[in-house]
Amino acid sequence: MAEAKEIKPSGKVYGADSVPQVVPGKRLQWEEAQNCWVILYPEGMIKLNSSSAEIMKRIDGTRSVAEIISDLKRAYPGVELDNDVYAFVEIAHEQQWIRPKPAQ
Amino acid sequence: MSNSGYVPNLPNKPLWLLAELTYACPLQCAYCSNPLEFAKYKNELSTDDWKRVLREARKMGAAQLGFSGGEPLVRQDLEELIAEARQLGFYTNLITSGLGMDEKRIKAFKDAGLDHIQVSFQAASEELNNLIAGTDAFRHKLEMARLVKKYGYEMVLCFVLHRQSIDQIRDVLELCVRLDADYVELATTQYYGWAYHNREHLLPTREQLQRAEPVAHEFQERLKGKMRIFYVVPDYYEVRPKACMNGWGAVFLTIAPDGTALPCHAARQLPGMELPNVRQHSVEWIWNQSPDFNRFRGFEWMKEPCRSCPEKEKDFGGCRCQAYMLTGDAANADPVCDKSPHHHVITDAIDRAARIAAGKESAAKPILFRNPRNSRALLDVGTTKPEASLPA
Ligand code: SF4
Ligand code: SF4
Repeated sequence: MAEAKEIKPSGKVYGADSVPQVVPGKRLQWEEAQNCWVILYPEGMIKLNSSSAEIMKRIDGTRSVAEIISDLKRAYPGVELDNDVYAFVEIAHEQQWIRPKPAQ
Repeated sequence: MSNSGYVPNLPNKPLWLLAELTYACPLQCAYCSNPLEFAKYKNELSTDDWKRVLREARKMGAAQLGFSGGEPLVRQDLEELIAEARQLGFYTNLITSGLGMDEKRIKAFKDAGLDHIQVSFQAASEELNNLIAGTDAFRHKLEMARLVKKYGYEMVLCFVLHRQSIDQIRDVLELCVRLDADYVELATTQYYGWAYHNREHLLPTREQLQRAEPVAHEFQERLKGKMRIFYVVPDYYEVRPKACMNGWGAVFLTIAPDGTALPCHAARQLPGMELPNVRQHSVEWIWNQSPDFNRFRGFEWMKEPCRSCPEKEKDFGGCRCQAYMLTGDAANADPVCDKSPHHHVITDAIDRAARIAAGKESAAKPILFRNPRNSRALLDVGTTKPEASLPA
């Protein structure tokens, strides 16, 4: 996983129990021609680096942030990634790629 | 010169595919940018042709797909094409006037996987709408805008601003607030095709823009976080051209209803175009090899003042079609640029718009609504008279 993030999120929306989901109208998909994961949205495309893609792929509207972290830890044993994930979801939120699923 | 070998500079990928499915349209917008002679192109691509085009373009890396026209809803195979496109992995956009849509169809589009719908409006007030569109379409469209939201889409509304609608910008935005729109595009008329023919009636005056701009900003401020509002000044009132299509043959690929492949939807009018057709050529050949798509790629084709201009990588010299229409040579700088020796044609058009708006002069031609009859009449000037007034 990436170490320090260059962009710092300005707020804090997500806690361990928050369940993020991809904003309707945005779509995460593997793009063969770009050789990377991308987020597609009306009239545009954002290319993701591999660490962002690993997090985004686990954002499915059912897993909480804590579950996403433990899932990533299983996939990348020994990597300290809690802070990265918390920072990423805030940035992804500000970019309007994801939003917290309202509590049922 | 090094002799390390010439590495061909492969073009980028055609990321954006615009599928103009048909020129048929129930509306008759005077600001339509379709070609004046659209009635001539009758031989529409079949469903299978389109599917092949979609497959080939997707394979080359196209990710965004716009279904437009004309009115794409006229094509009864739209659902099928959406499903095919979605299954190929396209992000699918439908650009529609909403006419021909009903709840059953929206649901079918949703089921087929359509990602995004943009509904365009002629103006906010019913009278003006009917005047500009030439038909009674307004109430139906409000209903369609609401249905779009009901089916989980963002409500994206597009209003084309011109001299006859721009003073209603506040009404337009109030209407958007009432409809709870998510995104509003206040598009400026692009003077191609019918819009260019009707330019003396459509180009807004400087005073109109000066009144409209603060209203747009006021709403942007007020609705921050609720409704995004896109507003730009028409390029005629700028001193630098738009980076048209992000550069010729750089990311955009338009396929016209008859299968003609174009680097931009207005390029058919340029002299010397070979107009490759997807019925005869693969999308791959058209994009990478065809003379049309290579014609204005890069910077070699440029004339002065663009050729030696430090800004050429920013705007690529502007729009080739505008350069051709307004200066007679597609390789000239877009005259919107105030470095262009032809820039006066823009300022003249603005001055003339002001005099016409003030009633001091009158337009040379009556406003011409976009319909097949007028198109045929233009094709065959002399035999039929274009229908210049409002259709009954
Ligand atoms: S601009 Fe108007 S007339 Fe032209 S295709 Fe669109 S809806 Fe039809
Ligand atoms: S001279 Fe040409 S390249 Fe330079 S700013 Fe004007 S249009 Fe763009």
